[in-house]
Amino acid sequence: MPGANKDWSGIQNDFPILQQMHEGNRVVYLDSGATSLRPLSVLSAMEGYFNEYNANIHRGIYRYAEQATEAYESARARIAEFINAESARSIIFTRNTTESVNLVAFSYGRKFLQAGDVILCTEMEHHANMVPWQVLAEEKGLQLEYVPVTEDGLLDQRRFQDLLGLKPKLVAVTHMSNVLGTINPLGKMIADAHQAGALVLVDAAQSAAHMKLDLKKLNPDFLAFSAHKMCGPTGIGVLYGREALLEKMPPFLTGGDMIREVHLDSFTMNDLPHKFEAGTPAIAEAIGFAAAIDYLDNLGMEAIQDHEMHLTAYALGKVDSIPGMRILGPSIEERGGLLGFTLEDAHPHDVAQILDAEGVAVRAGHHCAMPVHERYGIPASTRASFYLYNTRDDVDRLFQGLEKVQKLFG
Amino acid sequence: MDDLYRDMIVDRYKNPRMKKALDSYEYRYEDHNPLCGDQMIVYLHTDESGKIVEAGFEGEGCAISQASADLLLESLVGKTVDDVKGITKDDILEMLGIELGPVRLKCALLSLKVTKAAIYGLDSLEEELH
Repeated sequence: MPGANKDWSGIQNDFPILQQMHEGNRVVYLDSGATSLRPLSVLSAMEGYFNEYNANIHRGIYRYAEQATEAYESARARIAEFINAESARSIIFTRNTTESVNLVAFSYGRKFLQAGDVILCTEMEHHANMVPWQVLAEEKGLQLEYVPVTEDGLLDQRRFQDLLGLKPKLVAVTHMSNVLGTINPLGKMIADAHQAGALVLVDAAQSAAHMKLDLKKLNPDFLAFSAHKMCGPTGIGVLYGREALLEKMPPFLTGGDMIREVHLDSFTMNDLPHKFEAGTPAIAEAIGFAAAIDYLDNLGMEAIQDHEMHLTAYALGKVDSIPGMRILGPSIEERGGLLGFTLEDAHPHDVAQILDAEGVAVRAGHHCAMPVHERYGIPASTRASFYLYNTRDDVDRLFQGLEKVQKLFG
Repeated sequence: MDDLYRDMIVDRYKNPRMKKALDSYEYRYEDHNPLCGDQMIVYLHTDESGKIVEAGFEGEGCAISQASADLLLESLVGKTVDDVKGITKDDILEMLGIELGPVRLKCALLSLKVTKAAIYGLDSLEEELH
């Protein structure tokens, strides 16, 4: 565990934005579940591209173009290595997790799914892993079924087994809920889904940032995540796809770079992964993404997860001090480092507003997951999400803020 | 902050005067705050001359949206439906006595939006929010 002895409090020095003060105090950033902060090394890597070898990739003959191509493709290889994917060819750069899911729905779904086919989704999905399937189901006459969520925030595994009896063609499931914090037992779920003849798409937007992903072990058919939740830049995400599947899928966007030859009446497609990357991609962002992965790897994903779980346990230990505070989701053994909660007397927006005045940034609303809020009969929730740069002091500041909310509204 | 959550606003939130469904009404409209999914229903009961004799609202929301609804509907009793047309964003902010950023402005104006939709339909609304 390379990061186990890391001085976690010193990590804040790596993040320029954490050097800013709010009324004499450091801003406490507890919204990494929405987007993380970025360390200087990521910003420097991107600046290096702009200042030292700025060029478009893949066709230039001059040195900058070759250097930029090399850096972009190395980033792809670095990501493949980081998640232990079968090859760099199986890594498609997209804009974000949402685009990755849409790519699969558009390309695989439109070509290979037919009226009457079943898609299995879950009640705890982010809208990004729900709406594309609703649209596809509507268009193609598919049957969309949902695995329900239990009272304590877990996927109902018995219902999942029943629903596999419908012989779904595809299971679309999140690795970690962005509202409940639940980490789903995907190892078994994916094996069972495969047994039932389904492909599995994993939304790893929340998990990729916080735990070691080993795709050879997890064995999904598709897996999607975004750089910006894992210390990387906005504007770039990944779709991992099994090579054999990606090979037979039609392109998503069309245009330059995804083609081999174009004639006035026809074109031939480029090889993987370029077939799915039409147009100039996010070059600087890919380079920044690789730097983010270097940063995370240097700390060690196990150590990062460990650090976050300590903070989560510490926070959970303080919940009883706030009357009427209700934590969404399961017990600590089955969750990641975020706390979705409601307060009996105060609306999430008011909670977030008062915390903001105390220099604590949290998220309030439905977090792009309205169905899971409906499931628990609440219109919205407040969410504090932890990352590698958070400290126990941050948790203390959160609870001091919540005491203030309690004083105003309790 | 203490300005934003003045006693009056917290009091209106905790003990709203106008939070009730009307059994008989001429105007009713229901809408959501797209930001958070909060829901609001406004009821207006008028006499033959178009004067609002009773008003009420239902729904869930933050202190800002609930207090502004309570204040707005209280102020409507005794006015005519034509008077409602003239109520602006600034009137709401004056009633609340606070300044708001663009995000929370949507919370504050939800009740006005729903009230105008109840009377005039949806078309006249968007300008309220800008």
